[in-house]
Amino acid sequence: MAASRKRQAPLIEILNLSKAYAGSGTQAVSDFNLSVPEGEFLVLIGPSGSGKTTTLNMVNRLVEPDGGEIRIQGQNVLDSDPVMLRRNIGYVFQEAGLFPHMTVAENIGVTPRLLGRDDAWVEARVHQLLDMVRLEEGAFANRLPAELSGGQRQRVALARALAARPPVILLDEPFGALDPVTREAVAADVRAIHDRLGLTTLMVTHDMTEALLMADRIAVMRDGHLVQVGTPRELAASPADDFVTQLIETPRRRARALAETLNA
Amino acid sequence: MNDSVREAWALLPDYLGQHIILSVSALLLGVAVSVPLGIAAARSRRFGTPLLAAVSIVQTIPGLALLALFYPLLLALSVLTQDLFGFSIRALGFLPALLALTLYAMLPILRNVVTALDGLDPAILMAAKGVGMTPRQSLFKVELPLAAPLILAGIRTATVWVVGITTLSTPIGQTSLGNYIFTGLQIENWVFVLFGCVAAAALALTLDLLLALAGSGLALRSRGRLVAAALGLVAVIAAAMTPEFVAARTTGAHQGIVIGAKNFGEQYILSQLMGSRLVRAGYSVSEKSDLGSTVAFRALGAGDIDAYVDYSGTLWGNILHRTDMPGRQAMLDQLAAALKKDHGIISLGSLGFENAYIFAMRADRAQALGIKSLTDLAAHPDLRIGGDFEIFSRPEWRAVAAAYGLDAMKRRQYQPDFLYRAVMSGDADVVSAFSSDGRIARYGLVILDDPKSALPPYDAMLLVGPAHAHDSKFMAALKPLIGSISLTLMQQANLRVDRDQDKQTPTAAAAWMDQRLPR
Repeated sequence: MAASRKRQAPLIEILNLSKAYAGSGTQAVSDFNLSVPEGEFLVLIGPSGSGKTTTLNMVNRLVEPDGGEIRIQGQNVLDSDPVMLRRNIGYVFQEAGLFPHMTVAENIGVTPRLLGRDDAWVEARVHQLLDMVRLEEGAFANRLPAELSGGQRQRVALARALAARPPVILLDEPFGALDPVTREAVAADVRAIHDRLGLTTLMVTHDMTEALLMADRIAVMRDGHLVQVGTPRELAASPADDFVTQLIETPRRRARALAETLNA
Repeated sequence: MNDSVREAWALLPDYLGQHIILSVSALLLGVAVSVPLGIAAARSRRFGTPLLAAVSIVQTIPGLALLALFYPLLLALSVLTQDLFGFSIRALGFLPALLALTLYAMLPILRNVVTALDGLDPAILMAAKGVGMTPRQSLFKVELPLAAPLILAGIRTATVWVVGITTLSTPIGQTSLGNYIFTGLQIENWVFVLFGCVAAAALALTLDLLLALAGSGLALRSRGRLVAAALGLVAVIAAAMTPEFVAARTTGAHQGIVIGAKNFGEQYILSQLMGSRLVRAGYSVSEKSDLGSTVAFRALGAGDIDAYVDYSGTLWGNILHRTDMPGRQAMLDQLAAALKKDHGIISLGSLGFENAYIFAMRADRAQALGIKSLTDLAAHPDLRIGGDFEIFSRPEWRAVAAAYGLDAMKRRQYQPDFLYRAVMSGDADVVSAFSSDGRIARYGLVILDDPKSALPPYDAMLLVGPAHAHDSKFMAALKPLIGSISLTLMQQANLRVDRDQDKQTPTAAAAWMDQRLPR
């Protein structure tokens, strides 16, 4: 499967992308190149300030690039209307970003309604999505975000991102605020839904274990540069430099310590 | 007391109704202007910072002054529109009050709109953009709904302020609950004062509670509460619009005769007296009382009122800006000619008495210091002189101070009715007073002689607006009053209103007088 995917034309193609924030003086992203084939789950990883969220946000133009190109299905996003672009790309924000004055059902239905879908369509879609993210409709549809747990909020955010049937989903550290048990369960569901719907997903994280477990490929960033991109196996087998080695080493060391403790 | 309560109740529908219409209009206008301005201010610092500063400065202007400032402003504007477009706007009453109160309503609303929008979680704004909202959709679907509770809190603050400050629109000719307070203060009718305060407070609390209910309806997404709040607000406004409330004296509608009165007891009595004569002649009549001295004159010229009584010396100094003293009759004749020529105002003549500025002292104090006249006063520069709010800025005082060398005296200003208290208690040694006031004799005060005739005569003149210049029926109804009111009769009538015991309302005093005058 993986081999056949790689032969396809890339669904997302990022060329020579760069961005500097006014006043900061430093380059947030510089000369970034990456191709993501259709159906791939790609994780962007790097320490804080490495430019991974900036890169993600340039894909749906929440941040405007200074230079370079981003093509989705061959179309340069800079040539498309940013509002329509965002309606056709799902986005899951850090800490969910749900609208606190809207119910779960209203939050999920927001993008379809912006696209002019009628009540019946939205209602059916909300039903379907709550089922997909494993929230019981009767119990959750009319609740406000404040009445949900962190994991439930993140599931609603995922449902909202998927509501308008976008081909591409962006996730910005979506599990950062969750406890380990919830985190694992939601992560597994995200990956399962990605596979089931055949999505193309870009996810930002700084947790290498999470990246290794979820990603088809991992792109490592540091100081705005892409350091290495490859499958978890490739990264483990031939890290490009000490920095990547260290990143990979951490989960490995933990796994060994864990094995020793449990076997002793 | 019972009379006062009964009269206060009878006036309530009119006062309360007009108060509600004015304050609710100002609030609606305030919200309509402030919310869009607040949104613009939150979007752009360069626009927002100076705007908020300007509105804050407006807030520091005392309410009464702000209301008063709109009168000359609109008067000038009225002259301009008359010249340019051939119509004039009414400078007195509803319009200036509405504009001033709207300005007052703006600050709390504007500030809360800006604070609420500035305080929104940037992550939520990012999410609104991220799900594909346009800036406009983000504003209406996310930002304003989230800012609504704080904006509503601002509207509630504005409501309480505006309902309170609306009482100050009385002196610029707009009937409000302030009529109770101003009239009550002038004639020391504490029932009236209390009535006005309690009614204004009750109205403010009612509106505030209804808005609080609407707020909780929004917060709890309870349609029931929202509907209840909306019904309550509609009921308050509808009640104010029912015929019983609006009575015959709807603001703006110019049917019927409006008699003006300045802000003291004698004026209330005389306006009632003129009113009852006109009613008998078949006119429908209303009163606009508590007008400032010059405001009343301008209002007559502009047609906002149809008749009122003014005093020759006042007009001589304030309107003609004359300081010479041609003698009593000459002054009356010259005034009548000048008012007709410059303002189209008709003087029907003197009512027969004078209400002159005089200076008075306690008899024992005057005797102890050996003071009999204003000349003697110059030898005691350490004495304190009390005056009403106008006297020290009027030409009469300048003339007296110059003639007798009184500039060094310590001045204090009192609400006119407190002047007697002040001189009796020794807070002031000399006070300004009015010759037709029944309390001068009552308190045993001595009037200081004016040997240099520095004080002009103050004959009470009945003035009629330009619209009635050729209205013989109107003139005929008022003519019998000319020359028929003696100083003693006026003093007695004034005392009925001003005395502490067995106090009468101006209406009752006017009726008492009416029986003693020729028809």
